[in-house]
Amino acid sequence: MRQIPWEVMLIMLPLTGAMACFFWPRRAITLGLITALGVVVCVAGLGWRVLEQGAQRYAVGGWNAPLGIDLYADGLSLLMLMVTAVVGLGISVYSIGYFERRQAAHFWPLWLFLWTALNALFLSADIFNLYVTLELLGLAAVALVALAGGANALTAAMRYLLVSLLASLCYLLGVALLYHNFGSVDIAILAQRVELSPAVWAAMGLMSAGLLLKSALFPLHFWLPPAHASAPAPVSALLSALVVKASFYILLRLWLEIFPPAGAAPGQLFGVLGSAAVLWGGIQALRQTRLKLLIAYSTVAQLGYLFLAFPLASSVAWKGSLYLLLSHALAKAAMFMAAGNILRFCGHDRIVGLDRVAQRLPVTMTAFALAGVSIIGLPPSGGFIGKWMLLEAALRAGQWWWVIILILGGLLAGAYVFKVIGYAFTRAGVLRQTSRVPMTMEWAALAMALAALLLGLVALWPLSLMEIGLPFGGGDAG
Amino acid sequence: MSSALLYALAGVSLFTLGLYALIVHAHLLRKILAINVMGSGVFLVLVALGGRTTGAEPDPVPHAMVITGIVVAISATALALALVLRVQAATGRAELPEEPLE
Repeated sequence: MRQIPWEVMLIMLPLTGAMACFFWPRRAITLGLITALGVVVCVAGLGWRVLEQGAQRYAVGGWNAPLGIDLYADGLSLLMLMVTAVVGLGISVYSIGYFERRQAAHFWPLWLFLWTALNALFLSADIFNLYVTLELLGLAAVALVALAGGANALTAAMRYLLVSLLASLCYLLGVALLYHNFGSVDIAILAQRVELSPAVWAAMGLMSAGLLLKSALFPLHFWLPPAHASAPAPVSALLSALVVKASFYILLRLWLEIFPPAGAAPGQLFGVLGSAAVLWGGIQALRQTRLKLLIAYSTVAQLGYLFLAFPLASSVAWKGSLYLLLSHALAKAAMFMAAGNILRFCGHDRIVGLDRVAQRLPVTMTAFALAGVSIIGLPPSGGFIGKWMLLEAALRAGQWWWVIILILGGLLAGAYVFKVIGYAFTRAGVLRQTSRVPMTMEWAALAMALAALLLGLVALWPLSLMEIGLPFGGGDAG
Repeated sequence: MSSALLYALAGVSLFTLGLYALIVHAHLLRKILAINVMGSGVFLVLVALGGRTTGAEPDPVPHAMVITGIVVAISATALALALVLRVQAATGRAELPEEPLE
């Protein structure tokens, strides 16, 4: 029996859906939702096969690696695809209530193109294909930011586009150097052939710089807060939850497979920058007066944690970082959705003006608070498990100073989350005019927040998925 | 110095030149041109080094990459130009503000 090529369907289905939404804008919502459900089914199908048969390699069109394009799915890719599917479904449902009909006709094709790019990126087995998917992702994301219209969103989108193109070109120059030196762009082949030389150091520097710029690691984060804060709420959720993670995923892949011979020094640098991001992002978030900007700076801080795995470079640390990535994707999607609800309800997102939102939007505020639990890293949540693993890895490696960063970051996160919740409970004298928030928007936010909590309760299952194909090396050699 | 290496070095200089222009010029059209110059630099490096790897017969893979890269660059430039028009319509200037707007 021929097997169903889930890998190809994961790319072709959202692509077809996006074009269908583009050609039949009146039916965009129906077509989009059907596509979203279809993608979830495909992820489940691929997941089932990976669980049964281990890591999968699929040669598109029957052409093998040196000539053709390979798709590769191991535990790491699968988890990224899964979190994309869960967050994607949540955002799809949320967007039904958020956009009016005319805007929805623009949103759906772009969002499905973005989903195509994400799926293709997580399945790519070669560094050039990663470049192409990275560009597709960037273009779709920029167009989505511009969707909000207005001077703020347009200038943020323009800045985002320039940064994104600059970063991709740096990455591409690195690809050119690696291809020239080792005659292949396939990650597995490169991993066998790579030897340290000045050209490899240059390639590593260029590719890392480009990817760090895209992942908004401090001090390259300047473009992120305006872009994420001025986009429409479902788009902010997409960007913070998934898009910045995509470039981090590429960096993780390169670091795990191609650049291990480079030694510990670059890893230490990433750790220091990550720590600075945790502190700076937290302090900036605390200083913000607008809710969406606060959440955007919180993303800067949370991205910093992910980089703490690089100086430790042990299996536990990588898994902890990936766990934080997954739970942050869910929790941050919930937070931006909740912020979107509050913005719709109050007509503004000034934190001091959140008079009694807690009483009048209980579901939304619950979602925000539960997402906050995961962002701060309190048990039982996915954020807690991730931080715990990073902490354990740091102590095992004898690098206790990262523990201080983990604790300080948690305190800062606690401060900014409670700042918002505190104002939501205050009693204002005059109740301002408010507008209704659709049920789907409230419950979609809560579902994402609950998923982030659930990740803290079923930790064993995702952790065993991470073992498939051994992306993080064998065993727990800390 | 072989001619391939010369071309590759020229490509790297174009890349650097474009990067410099991207940083110093404020006008968005110039920034987009700068990015295109950077892109051409990378393509030049790819083609030049492709000619060097296998001696007499040039390696076709980098050429395929460059063609893909050109398609990507054209779409990105089109999107960027459309955005510049919208930014100019909304703010009256084809430049990015120094401080984020309120």
